[in-house]
Amino acid sequence: MCTAASAVCLKGGVVASALLQTERLTRRFGGVVAADRIALDIAPNEVHAVIGPNGAGKTTLIGLLSGEIAPQEGSIRFDGADITRLPVYRRSQLGLARSFQITSLFRDFTALDNVALAVQAHCGHSFRFWRDARYEDELRKPAFAALERVGLKERAAVRVDKLSHGEHRQLEIAMALATGPRLLLLDEPMAGMGPEESARMVRMLRELKGNVTILLIEHDMEAVFALADRLTVLVYGRIIASGEPEAIRADAAVRQAYLGEKESAGEGKRHG
Amino acid sequence: MTASLDPTLVARPSLAFTPRTAFTAALLVILALFPLYSLVTGNTFVLTLFTRVLILAIGAVSLNLIMGYGGMVSFGHAAYLGIGGYAVGILAKEGIGSGFVQWPVAVAASALYALVVGALSLRTRGVYFIMITLAFAQMIYYVAIGLDRYGGDDGLTIYKRSDFAGLIDLNNKTLFYYLCFAILLASIYLISRLVNSRFGLAIRGTRSNERRMRAIGFPTVRYKLAAFVIAGALCGLAGALLANHTNFISPALMHWTRSGDLIVMVVLGGLGSLFGPVIGAVTFLLLQEGLSRFTEYPDLILGPILLLVAIYVHGGIGGLLEGRRGG
Repeated sequence: MCTAASAVCLKGGVVASALLQTERLTRRFGGVVAADRIALDIAPNEVHAVIGPNGAGKTTLIGLLSGEIAPQEGSIRFDGADITRLPVYRRSQLGLARSFQITSLFRDFTALDNVALAVQAHCGHSFRFWRDARYEDELRKPAFAALERVGLKERAAVRVDKLSHGEHRQLEIAMALATGPRLLLLDEPMAGMGPEESARMVRMLRELKGNVTILLIEHDMEAVFALADRLTVLVYGRIIASGEPEAIRADAAVRQAYLGEKESAGEGKRHG
Repeated sequence: MTASLDPTLVARPSLAFTPRTAFTAALLVILALFPLYSLVTGNTFVLTLFTRVLILAIGAVSLNLIMGYGGMVSFGHAAYLGIGGYAVGILAKEGIGSGFVQWPVAVAASALYALVVGALSLRTRGVYFIMITLAFAQMIYYVAIGLDRYGGDDGLTIYKRSDFAGLIDLNNKTLFYYLCFAILLASIYLISRLVNSRFGLAIRGTRSNERRMRAIGFPTVRYKLAAFVIAGALCGLAGALLANHTNFISPALMHWTRSGDLIVMVVLGGLGSLFGPVIGAVTFLLLQEGLSRFTEYPDLILGPILLLVAIYVHGGIGGLLEGRRGG
């Protein structure tokens, strides 16, 4: 079994309380500041939600953390080590896994093939030229287990382009899980889902809670308040509030900038 | 379905009897029997033509690895034919006639060239990648023109085919044909192992979605580069065969239109299918040969045929045999 990313001891010990820590993380696109001196602390095993109106820089933040976007200033520490300049695949190998807001899968592969590739990525190098990788238990079994975890095992042999949108979202999570991540970056996992599918996704993420650290970006406030241990509110690339869900809900600035308009759009009914 | 791993989860193309497998099998049998036909009828032209078809099919098979499975459209693949051919020709002229030296040099030089070109071009994508591979191939083409000692523009006649110390006599047309056939089949087997291995899945995944591949932890460029080098080395071998076949090398070996021909063969036969390049090479070269007997401008007819295949048939001729059509 390949668990390359697991069993890493904490270095330093001083900052052991935070799994991920950013300092003054800044990224400008032309005149727009998409990330403005972001200071984020994510504790091990917490579910940390980042919310904010459209254009607040949430996806930029995920891009910065996963390594697809380079920051102009600031630093990112993961498990005590500076990863600010590491390329995407190195961060993934360290245990930072992300899902994509817009489904990003291998469309001409089966569901199981997709997850098996994710397992393979963390299973040493892939300069193995001869053996049929689709018959390697070392890859297939963990992949199958990840599909089972997200409730997709019945669909394992189905090609991705034959799966429904909701199943694509589940598969996204399975692929992230299969790499044995220490931090899951979930970019709007509920995007485009119906209420039923959303509820199923929330249930699934709830089951993961406590086993893996999750940074969740989500528009669905109901899901966010159901899952998050802590929230960070982002507006125009800047953190305007951070704390426990109840404190955020009560925060005047947050209500004005974000939650207020949401609640008037019907969220109030559900939360009460 | 139980929790244990069901073998049916290994989704693979079945080996069932389809028009496609029947066609491929028939084609291989016919290719295997050509020397007998030419022996019986005394028609050596057919053998010469099909030796050429087999050699270019090896080139197309190698291109299919990077283009069909890896999604890298190299518009400079004929450069390897040239490098392989010139390795044989230059060594022959300098008095080194042993195939045991010539062929490994052909393969190694091609691999080295692929390593350099790949390292410089694989960070780009799409049109840029196509243009860079073309530019490098043109550079090599003009280098060959500049090689006055080796015939420059006029090319160089090879007076002696590669010598394998009595192991196999390349002057024997039948033997040479079967050698090319064996190398073609071996390359297809090699590719079939390769594309289903971890390495193969890594490059196929990269073709499908490179961004995601990096996100799940693959350093994609180094796998693409390895595939690029393997394809180059294999095509270099085809170049060595081609030089032996024609007893002649010239810069025309690697003219950019020949790179285009190789692409056409791969697309015609069906991108990313094992035997597609063979079907494509046979079809393309026979059409070219046949049409040139009726008209001075075979491309005038060949062009529209290719256009129709590209527009209406997904998966090339191989796909057509499976009943796949474009929308």
